[in-house]
Amino acid sequence: MNAVREENVLEVQGVGMAFGGLMALSNLNFKVKRGIIKAIIGPNGAGKTTLFNVITGSFPPTEGRVRFNGQPIEHLKAHKIADRGISRTFQTIELFDNMTVLENVMLGCHTRFRASFMASGFLLPHSRQKEEQIRSSAMKILKFIGLGDKFNEPADSLPLGEQKMLEIGRALASEPELVCLDEPASGLNETETHLASSLIKAINAKGITVLLVEHDMKVVMNISDEIVVLNYGQRIAEGSPEEIRNNTKVIEAYLGSEA
Amino acid sequence: MTDPFNCMPKICEGGVFAILTFLIQYRQMETITLESQLFQYLITGVTVGSTYAIVAIGFNIIYGVTEIINFAQGEFVMLGGLIMVSFHVALGLPLILAFLATVTLVTLVGMLLDRLAIRPIRRPSVLTLIIATIAASIIIKGAAMLIWGKDFFDLPAFSGRNPITVLGAVIQPQYLWVIGFLIIIVVILTIFFNKTIIGKAMSACADNADAASLAGINVKRMILLSFALSAGIGAVAGITVTPISLMEYDRGAMLAVKGFGAAVLGGLGSFPGAVIGGLIIGTIESFGTGLIHSGYKDAFALIVLMVVLFIKPSGLLGSVEISKFKRF
Amino acid sequence: MLRIAKLPIAVFTVLIIIFPWVAREISAISHYTDIMVFAGIYCLITIGLSLLMGYAGQISIGHAAFFGIGAYVSAILTVRYGLNPWPCMLIGMIVTAVVAILVGTPSLKLKGHYLAMATLAFGVIIYIIFNEEVEWTGGPDGMPGIPGLSLFGFEFDSVVRYFYLVWGFVFAAFIFTINVIQSGTGRALRAIHASEPAASAMGVDISRFKIMVFVYSAILASLAGSLYAHYLNFINPSTFDLFFSIKLLIMIALGGMHNIWGAIIGAGLITFLSYEWLYYFEELEVVVYGAILLIVTIFLPHGLVGVPGIIRSWFRS
Repeated sequence: MNAVREENVLEVQGVGMAFGGLMALSNLNFKVKRGIIKAIIGPNGAGKTTLFNVITGSFPPTEGRVRFNGQPIEHLKAHKIADRGISRTFQTIELFDNMTVLENVMLGCHTRFRASFMASGFLLPHSRQKEEQIRSSAMKILKFIGLGDKFNEPADSLPLGEQKMLEIGRALASEPELVCLDEPASGLNETETHLASSLIKAINAKGITVLLVEHDMKVVMNISDEIVVLNYGQRIAEGSPEEIRNNTKVIEAYLGSEA
Repeated sequence: MTDPFNCMPKICEGGVFAILTFLIQYRQMETITLESQLFQYLITGVTVGSTYAIVAIGFNIIYGVTEIINFAQGEFVMLGGLIMVSFHVALGLPLILAFLATVTLVTLVGMLLDRLAIRPIRRPSVLTLIIATIAASIIIKGAAMLIWGKDFFDLPAFSGRNPITVLGAVIQPQYLWVIGFLIIIVVILTIFFNKTIIGKAMSACADNADAASLAGINVKRMILLSFALSAGIGAVAGITVTPISLMEYDRGAMLAVKGFGAAVLGGLGSFPGAVIGGLIIGTIESFGTGLIHSGYKDAFALIVLMVVLFIKPSGLLGSVEISKFKRF
Repeated sequence: MLRIAKLPIAVFTVLIIIFPWVAREISAISHYTDIMVFAGIYCLITIGLSLLMGYAGQISIGHAAFFGIGAYVSAILTVRYGLNPWPCMLIGMIVTAVVAILVGTPSLKLKGHYLAMATLAFGVIIYIIFNEEVEWTGGPDGMPGIPGLSLFGFEFDSVVRYFYLVWGFVFAAFIFTINVIQSGTGRALRAIHASEPAASAMGVDISRFKIMVFVYSAILASLAGSLYAHYLNFINPSTFDLFFSIKLLIMIALGGMHNIWGAIIGAGLITFLSYEWLYYFEELEVVVYGAILLIVTIFLPHGLVGVPGIIRSWFRS
């Protein structure tokens, strides 16, 4: 952990992302305070997932800075950013479908327990101990997300709702400071959505900052402390759920996009 | 079959070498300037490159509809050459009749390849499709060895073997046939894909198979058609090039890799790219063989392929995102 | 949890240990020990390939080149420079590792067909070099006079002795690979196979892991090549052609590449097919291999190791 704890976990400063001639994001600025739940909303194609991909290092932004705990990270590769303490889930579920539920979460522990090719090949004692630690820590997480009894099932045999939960569990396994959830409630029924909301709150209660992209406005309004609204890759509003609900620009953007 | 080409030693693989041997003999008759020699390499390269271009177009047709790289692509060329030898030389069918019969037969082989090796795969992935087409290619190669043996076969050139001399370079009439057929294939395919309903339907499958199938296009039939078409033009390449470079059962793999090199160099999926890529690879091979080291004849195209893959896998004219290949 | 059962390994070990004794007693199979030496050599390659292709999901159609580099480094250093074979074997592995890093680093950025073609092209280029650099390799005529192996005065001069030497190496590689598979490294490799975006988002350094497993499989192939050269005392380029790379592919596809046992079973079966059972059908050999590969791809996507699972699901339904 950093000696000086920045007030803002994440700062997005003037970020722009161009694909060919298309500006998916332009001059985007916002901050994420430590310990809050912040939601990013906006109509389809507003650039939300692109923003996530930039923050987590899938591709570097064409301009601007992303600071994590005050350090610039926009030039780092995805796995380095994961090392620093940012974890994520995917809008289209990206579970490891060749593994069991438990193994998916164990893989999430990768940043905390470096795997060495040689050490594991020669079965050095400490590599065995590590494996035990990983296993028990992954089991704890599975119990926390409510999948404890399904640990030995193939990940792709779970129903969609549980797959979404499992993705969140895998993201938690690295003990991140910031977790980015890309549409955790999409495709879920009402009960499952409720479960997901309370899980996100529980994660936040553990001191993990949550950055959230979500279409379900009920979820967003219920659980987030702050909201950023994007449209055409630009920030059009930012504030508390109450402020956003009454912002005319936001209402326009949503109505406009639906018309 | 008393052609002197038949007595050539085993090292005489591929057109370039045959042409160079001829060139060396020719050179003893009159002195050749450096310019005319370089021009000769260029002509040879363009001729051989035309064959690679046709193979590359074959890759593109199947890739366009299915995103499959057909590792058996070169076998169509080999089959075209050898079946033509049987029909035209052994059975004595007239040239045009033998030509049509050969193309038809190889087209059928292409359709069988789709029906027997590609379609039965229940959960296709890039890896299983690669393996399936490799399996098909060695079955075809093995069958060709059983039928024709390991000998080299020659075909009479379409319009004789009296060379034309241009700027000191020797041009066999057959070279013009090879290049001519490339042009004919490009023209016909351009019309086919842009003007006919079936051609447009195939292009639609390439853009978005799901949407195409929703629009009532029978995607499976389009896939079958793509294999048929690509086998047919492969056969044409084999028939036209055999009088220059002879043909034997195990030529397919190398033709496939070089044709793939041409397709990637031009940009996988791009038809003009395939032509440019084929001509460039043929020319590099010809100059490399002539000026650097003839033993490394086959290596030049492969080195070009690797360099392109490492530096710019999307090729010269390619718009294809390699990230399309997301996983196996 | 991915656990590879210990009992089959123990049973298999015993079977291998008693194999030469049993084979010697039955005259019909007395030459099987010799074939098993080759089977062991190919097992070394397929064990690495299984980790690379089956677990990490990275295709290679060029491993004949690494097999060949190991064989030629051993052959050239012992025949032309008269060096002791053991350090030559090690040098072969180091040279192979360097080549694998140089080729693997740009290649493994590619996916699917592109990676397949890049490795294929690499394999053919190395094969052409073996043929053309006559001063070093002897060209198409090959290199005779490669010495056998001995250790502290103990000569591996009989088939049985060489059998134990080769299978000793196979077991070491097998156990090492199983340990890797069951560790965090194995999990990272399978994660790369399933989803590269998710694996890197979870902190897996994709390119490092890919190159590591590529180099590991290349080193095993190089070791196999050295053992091959010192056993036959003669090598020529045709052993290391494109078709051998395809044969390796057939071995792991037949055995089942998603399971490390598939490497052993596939290499064993194909070796016996080519050295014994198909020996009299030489002309048909290629067609048979193609047919095996196609049938396995269509009907047994998990290879022979997947057969018990298929039977079990029949009984259940």
